[in-house]
Amino acid sequence: MPTLSYVAPATVKDAVAALSGASGVAKVLSGGTDLLVQLRTGRIKPDLIIDTKKIPGLIGIKDEGGGAFTIGAATPCAELGEHVALGKAWPGVIEAANLIGSTQIQGRASLAGNLCNASPAADSVPAMIAAGVTCVIAGPAGERTVPVEAICTGPGKTSLAKGELLVAFKLPKRGPKSSDAYLRFIPRTEMDIAVVGCGIDVTLDAKGICTAAKVVLGAVAPTAVIVADAAKALIGNKLDDATLAKLDAAARAACKPIDDKRGTIEYRTKVAGVLARRTAAIAFERAGGR
Amino acid sequence: MSKHHVTATINGEATEFLCEPQQTLLDALRDIMNLTGSKEGCGSGDCGACSVIVDGRLVCSCLMLGVEAEGHKIETIEGLAVNGKLHPLQQKFLEHAALQCGFCTPGFLVAAKALLDRNPNPDETEIRYWLAGNLCRCTGYDKIVRAVTDAAAELRG
Repeated sequence: MPTLSYVAPATVKDAVAALSGASGVAKVLSGGTDLLVQLRTGRIKPDLIIDTKKIPGLIGIKDEGGGAFTIGAATPCAELGEHVALGKAWPGVIEAANLIGSTQIQGRASLAGNLCNASPAADSVPAMIAAGVTCVIAGPAGERTVPVEAICTGPGKTSLAKGELLVAFKLPKRGPKSSDAYLRFIPRTEMDIAVVGCGIDVTLDAKGICTAAKVVLGAVAPTAVIVADAAKALIGNKLDDATLAKLDAAARAACKPIDDKRGTIEYRTKVAGVLARRTAAIAFERAGGR
Repeated sequence: MSKHHVTATINGEATEFLCEPQQTLLDALRDIMNLTGSKEGCGSGDCGACSVIVDGRLVCSCLMLGVEAEGHKIETIEGLAVNGKLHPLQQKFLEHAALQCGFCTPGFLVAAKALLDRNPNPDETEIRYWLAGNLCRCTGYDKIVRAVTDAAAELRG
């Protein structure tokens, strides 16, 4: 009969050693709000659980100055929402993180878990990609830093190699007149999974013309989608009706959604366009106000 | 299967227990420590019947391993009434008839306490959003929201 072991290493090095030395299935435990559900339903049958929360730095937020932050991989989302400076610099990332689950889930759930669970509908992922967030990954060969979009390769699948774990997220410096926003659409007001999610990060010039943009959709394809054409529609323009129409069309064109009980393909595609318009309006307003 | 020795503070008392790695904190509370006030509704973090407070944060004890309690401060529904005297939240739930079958009640009370600990004067919207992770299938939510509002007023004095 297979038996489950639990370890809570005190260093990243010990965690990597435990992960790479595991003979069977080893799972990294952050907040556990996905892992424990999968464990209890028998969807996963790990031999080893490696709890990262005793490693110094895995929980915590470090202000690096100029809008840059380092966030420990296992930091609960509730803690992110309580950090005033972080929320001011990255309102889109934080509103996305704070949409994950209930108050109870917020008390445990982490960005690393939301990303590495690799759900196509994960709320924090489009927002982090739009914001240009990178991941610090520790492994047997040392540390490497990759953009968030390099992690998920399909539903439930990541590019992390054996022995690797995510230790921190790096949020870059923030220039003037730049901000971000995230919206998701769900059939009710709380406690549901995104039908569509949209993260947008923009930089404006003094006249309110967009000079840089990133538009990312969630829940409309196997992984979050960076919509280059949508960004192109924004750059060089103010957010007028013509620009919004182009943005809407580009967002719809990028959708390759599934049909399920939350929404049909047609519905998700339509909502993606609408959500992109609304998210852009918030991001532009925030960026313009700085 | 080797058991883990866990030391935690539960309702203000230093507590030690032995648990298996796959046992949830909820299992440990109910089956090892006989603290059966926390309930298992869904076992997947949707219903909030197992709500407890860990280091001041509201969590689902069904989504936390017992071993993860090591070194932490846990508050459960059993810690709400002091020396047989009901907490104002409990008293107001009775007065407002904010329960019928009672299964969800411990979770609601613990969640409401966590809210009032950080926000002594929440408005109705704040209460409803905070309690969105607690499901009640008989009373409905209006009486619960009224009880929390009333308890908050009493606690503010």
